[in-house]
Amino acid sequence: MGRKILFITTDQQRYDTLGVNGGTLSRTPVLDGLAAEGIRFERCQPTSVVCMPSRASMLTGQFPSTHGAWMNGVALAIDAPSVAENLKDAGYATALIGKAHFEPFMDVFGRFAENSLANLGIPTIEQPWFDGRRGAHRGFDHLEFATHGVMGPLHYAKWIREFHPEVVDGFYQVVDQDFNVNAGGGGDSGAPQVKFNDVPREWYHTDWVADRTIAWLDAQDSEREWFCWMSFPDPHHPWDPPKSEISRVPWREVPLPQNYPESASQRESLLDQKARHWRAWYDGRVVSNYEAPAHWAPATLTPDQVREVNALNAVEVELIDEAIGRVMGAIARRGWSDDVDVIFTTDHGEFQGDFGLLFKGPYHVDALMRLPLIWRPAPSVGVAAGVVHEPVSLVSLAATFLEVAGQPTPDWVEGAPLPVDDEDARRRSFESTATEWDSDLFGIDVHVRSIVTRGHLYTEYRPGTMHDGTEGELYDLSNDPMQRENRFDDPALSDVREELSERLRDHEERPGERATPGILTAPV
Amino acid sequence: MASLRHERRIKASVEEVWDVVKRPESIPTWFPGIVSCTVDGDVRVIRTVTGLEMPERIMTIDSSIHRFAYRITSPLYRFHLGVIDVIEIGPRDSLCVYSTTAVPDALALIIAGGTHGALLEIQRIAESHSQEA
Repeated sequence: MGRKILFITTDQQRYDTLGVNGGTLSRTPVLDGLAAEGIRFERCQPTSVVCMPSRASMLTGQFPSTHGAWMNGVALAIDAPSVAENLKDAGYATALIGKAHFEPFMDVFGRFAENSLANLGIPTIEQPWFDGRRGAHRGFDHLEFATHGVMGPLHYAKWIREFHPEVVDGFYQVVDQDFNVNAGGGGDSGAPQVKFNDVPREWYHTDWVADRTIAWLDAQDSEREWFCWMSFPDPHHPWDPPKSEISRVPWREVPLPQNYPESASQRESLLDQKARHWRAWYDGRVVSNYEAPAHWAPATLTPDQVREVNALNAVEVELIDEAIGRVMGAIARRGWSDDVDVIFTTDHGEFQGDFGLLFKGPYHVDALMRLPLIWRPAPSVGVAAGVVHEPVSLVSLAATFLEVAGQPTPDWVEGAPLPVDDEDARRRSFESTATEWDSDLFGIDVHVRSIVTRGHLYTEYRPGTMHDGTEGELYDLSNDPMQRENRFDDPALSDVREELSERLRDHEERPGERATPGILTAPV
Repeated sequence: MASLRHERRIKASVEEVWDVVKRPESIPTWFPGIVSCTVDGDVRVIRTVTGLEMPERIMTIDSSIHRFAYRITSPLYRFHLGVIDVIEIGPRDSLCVYSTTAVPDALALIIAGGTHGALLEIQRIAESHSQEA
């Protein structure tokens, strides 16, 4: 029997939300257990700190500047490579259950397959790209979609509205009347994107994703290999977990994050060291991207709001951990435990109060860039458990899946398979990873490139509306793990800056064919 | 208010391109995601793949300057104006410009995203007709 693959993603989850990574708010025994049996990565970076480009990198094994989905709202080309297609060609049954987001959500015309699948059923010849080989969509045989609420055309939202319409109003309204990310506050503290939700736990999307995954697994042939991407929409905002669960983490007892300076002057002093758009956003002068509420200034964020957001976030993380436990139980009941590789990660992080900020944007620091990544190889393979400290990237996932499946790495994959230990990482030159940001929305364009090594985080800002091309950030990760002191202009680190700048140039000039950058067709 | 524009150079005469877009009832044939529509006088109601119905008011169909203008009157929009201009470049060479101005801004972007796909279809249909001619 070959190795089956359970690929688990969450959305917008910080590295330090897992117990095994030092988190103290959530209890995550299932993921902690998988980490203890497998490989835990200390420094995993996304290729982008927003959903669509990052998720497209997981599927294609390419950086955004190669696959062309360069910002949220830009669809991944329908003929883009897909690791699911290669696995399907190798005989794997393939499924994606939960949040995909390779194509824009805001799509009143239903032009994108992700938004029309729930209406059309599984499309076949209706889709012009269908050739009978790729599966229903992007190489997946089976797709059931969910996202952060109950509006829109996706499967979960339709299911709730059809079978449990009485709970629809319990969910937070993700966008406001102008279709911007809603700034409306709720909970006890009035924090944005917070609401007490009366939905029963078993109807919430976290449990729905696990339920649908178990249903799909139960329908699979015992002997056939499968690749299942189980993709939870949480703990991405809105923070509206089932109200019945929120007593797990009483928000008034939640400590403020270590990187949340309590005084405004401290926050402003830290932000003023960074490139100018940080402070501009904090003050409410500029919202450069769609991923944060258009009518909300981080400067208004209160300590109690940070506490409450982080408490609800922790509840959502716990629910995910328990849902994963149920899926692992289903796998055990089928007798597959020894033959399943489990890979857990997320697409990007979340500020959760760091520097006085919430949500995300063109801000390349650990809050958004350091991700949880756990790979529990199939026990039958006998890979030793351990920790990898060298930097790795989500761009390596596609190659890793193919290696697990015993398949060759196609030319279009840019990332090498993940290392199994530090020695393996050093032997194969896992020395640095790159993260890209490009956005151009309503006249504001921002372009950011970062390199992370084990010792440093280096960022250059390309010319755009907010930057003239001279700005940058350089953090010494050993002595300044919270990235509070920008040493971009420090002569003592000029050699480091030069070396990391050269690594960035190497990344920009790397060989390989680039897709034509996609067209922005929606905010997200 | 956001104002966005997409354009497409098309290897067909201005009349061949105009023939594709000038009839209000033809929109399901060239606007991806619009599956049907009804037209009653200057009121058109489109229906999308997702089941959404949106009423529109036709403002201008001017065959002398090859301009089609309409407004989405759905309450989702506080304002919308869509304009399709077909401009002659040469005997079999045209520029089709599809402009969207709307409030809220986010919805302008969504509609304009659709117009980009529509231009590709307009091009495909007009060029196929041009080759047949």
